[in-house]
Amino acid sequence: MPDIAEKLRKITNDPTLSPAQKAHYLAVEAENMLPYPELDADVQEALDNRIICDMLEGHAPYKPRYVLPDYNIVLQNGSDYLELPVPDNLDEAINTLMIAYHHVPSVTGLPVYLGDLDNLLLPFCDGVSDEALRRKIRLFWRYLDRTLPDAFMHANIGPSDNRVARAILEIDVELGQVAPNLTFLYDPDASTEDILRLATDNIVKCSKPHIANHPVHKATFDDRGYGIVSCYNALPVAGGSSTLTRINLKAVAELSESESHFLDDVLPRYMDMNFRLTETRISYLFEQSGFFDSFLVSEKWIDQDRFTAMYGIFAMAEAVNILQDKAGLEGRYGFDDRANDLGLRISKILSEAVEARPLKNTWRGRAMLHSQAGLSDDIEATPGIRIPYGIEPDPVSHVQALAPQHQYYPSGVSEILTIDETVKNNPEALYQLCKGALASGFREFTANVSSNDLVRVTGYMIRLSDVKKFNDQKGSRTNTTGLGAEAADLMGILDRKPRVVGHELSPGYS
Amino acid sequence: MNSPLATLNKILTCSFVDGPGNRLVLFFQGCNLACSACHNPYTIGTCDHCGDCVPACDPGALTLQSNNVIFNPTLCDQCDACLTICPISASPMTTQFSVEDILALIRQHKPFLSGITVSGGEATMQSEFVKALFAAIKSDPELSDLTCFIDSNGMLDKTGWQYLLPVTDGVMLDIKSFATDLQKELTGHDNNAALDAAHVLLKAGKLYEIRYLLIPGKTDSTAELDQLVAFIQTLGLNTRVRLNAFQHHGVRGPALELDTMPKSGVDAVVELLADAGIHNVTTPAIYQ
Repeated sequence: MPDIAEKLRKITNDPTLSPAQKAHYLAVEAENMLPYPELDADVQEALDNRIICDMLEGHAPYKPRYVLPDYNIVLQNGSDYLELPVPDNLDEAINTLMIAYHHVPSVTGLPVYLGDLDNLLLPFCDGVSDEALRRKIRLFWRYLDRTLPDAFMHANIGPSDNRVARAILEIDVELGQVAPNLTFLYDPDASTEDILRLATDNIVKCSKPHIANHPVHKATFDDRGYGIVSCYNALPVAGGSSTLTRINLKAVAELSESESHFLDDVLPRYMDMNFRLTETRISYLFEQSGFFDSFLVSEKWIDQDRFTAMYGIFAMAEAVNILQDKAGLEGRYGFDDRANDLGLRISKILSEAVEARPLKNTWRGRAMLHSQAGLSDDIEATPGIRIPYGIEPDPVSHVQALAPQHQYYPSGVSEILTIDETVKNNPEALYQLCKGALASGFREFTANVSSNDLVRVTGYMIRLSDVKKFNDQKGSRTNTTGLGAEAADLMGILDRKPRVVGHELSPGYS
Repeated sequence: MNSPLATLNKILTCSFVDGPGNRLVLFFQGCNLACSACHNPYTIGTCDHCGDCVPACDPGALTLQSNNVIFNPTLCDQCDACLTICPISASPMTTQFSVEDILALIRQHKPFLSGITVSGGEATMQSEFVKALFAAIKSDPELSDLTCFIDSNGMLDKTGWQYLLPVTDGVMLDIKSFATDLQKELTGHDNNAALDAAHVLLKAGKLYEIRYLLIPGKTDSTAELDQLVAFIQTLGLNTRVRLNAFQHHGVRGPALELDTMPKSGVDAVVELLADAGIHNVTTPAIYQ
């Protein structure tokens, strides 16, 4: 074990990590000293070669990847286990949530879901003035960023236009914090244009919130609802996802002789292996870890039948381009109709296969297909179904090229549209772009305005100034800055180019 | 009646800088000014089919057929050699479009659009097409919520505006300069019709904004800025004013000898306008 000991020593002595960050990394290393749940030889080989991937979730899944409690339960009933009375005013409600979050695990150990905060808090707001509401939200937001510093932590608001949602938008842009991440659920029938404008004006200033297509998500889930968490994952509330595994489509394409070989033979083979990997991980969580003996289940914050399995794919762009090369075709993914159509056919096949495969211990007995937004050490592999960094077409062509894909990815798919700074003089343009994207079938609308300090990396937010500081070896208070710094170095993420200005400079019809 | 055709240099289906919201923009070929500081000088002239550009076109996108220069966009590699060689600041890379062609394109992008803008060149030189297009948009129930804007140099006379304004929602008007000799130097004309046009548009409720290009040593002199302030005062202190900063991209010839306009210079003008009570001012988001 000398290698492991050396690694543990390096963690304990790393001057850029806080004690809490060290404890987290040490725990991850300890878990991974255990043998992996038993896999068959083919799956093991595919995993070792990273053709399929378990997102480095750990060797002994003792907690689900994402947990989305129904926080209405604790606000309505209090908690016996946590010795919490039923809250009866706004201070008590916020305090109850603040306590609750510390008992909600996830793959990172920090909560990824803070609830649909406006709907949770509205019943407590009678008699609270707007100014008092803003003051309480401001303190709540400061608390979240300072004590749960992870940009995967996600709050939801909407679809209705209400004073809590407005106060949150107001405070979120005022503070410009990395955490929490924020999604506004937009529904043309339930939201007002006014609040959508407030949200898109915030994007212009701080690249937050992102906008979810509520009618589309609502139809995917049931009456207990859904939440948007972490990197734009849509998951059942009162449940979550046990695990996220993914297939590297680029690697699968490299192993294929032709498009038909890929579609008919190699891809189905690796899909099957990824299912087997998923089953192994879920079976450990449900049958060995004891997680579901928790008070979260007995007090009904969560229901073990409401955990799905996210079935991820990534590097669609590279896979399509490799298959185009093998067919001697020049068209590139994101730009060429045939290449885009091939991408669409691949997604359809993936979607049908996931729908057809029964999976034990999952919500509705099936996994949910997911366009996976990347790990920081993915090299030359574009997240999910996105168009590669730095070469994207203008935002509208970008949306039009990818919109037909979104129907196939119920547990989450997102594109990051890079918008140049000229939009700061014209926020109406971003509002219109957002409406257009959602009307075209986008499940999520996410944009970065190029000069903002706060930007999205693969799905989470980082501060550019923090990346610089981290790279200067000073360490960072927020856990995602390390990931962001690594991703920015390896993946050319910050190369993502603004594309709207300058067309006038290249004359000629194109 | 024959339906008019537009000669266009370029179409953008997504622009954040040509009026409110996200707009589809048509860049018309041909202008009735010849501004030395023009950022797209290849849109000024109209091709006279002299053929000088044909041998300069390496990929063979340009050919001379029956004394006409014919452009094949599929062969073009956008090297712009033809623009450099053109003796009259025109472009052979233009395409003719019918109103129906443009309507089809608008429909394809409709969910993303706040409206459409005609720019150029000078769009009002092809007024018949502009009117037909705008009227078609207004009368189509699927498209009628789109706003129709004109980006103009203001050379059109009152009668010309009266022809277009019933179907136009707003005009962005360039004010080049005030002193006659400077106007002549900058635009090639001593006519300052844009000042009259501003009042025509204002009266019709169609003046969306005036635009003023700040060129160091030319349009930022005290005398010019004083006249700018006085002129805006005649329009109303709430007039939307967009200050542009002269930069070198796209510019040709002697204007490249002029200094570019830094942010500090623009900020000083913003302050001057503010002191005069003019606050509805936009400045460039970027300087490059």
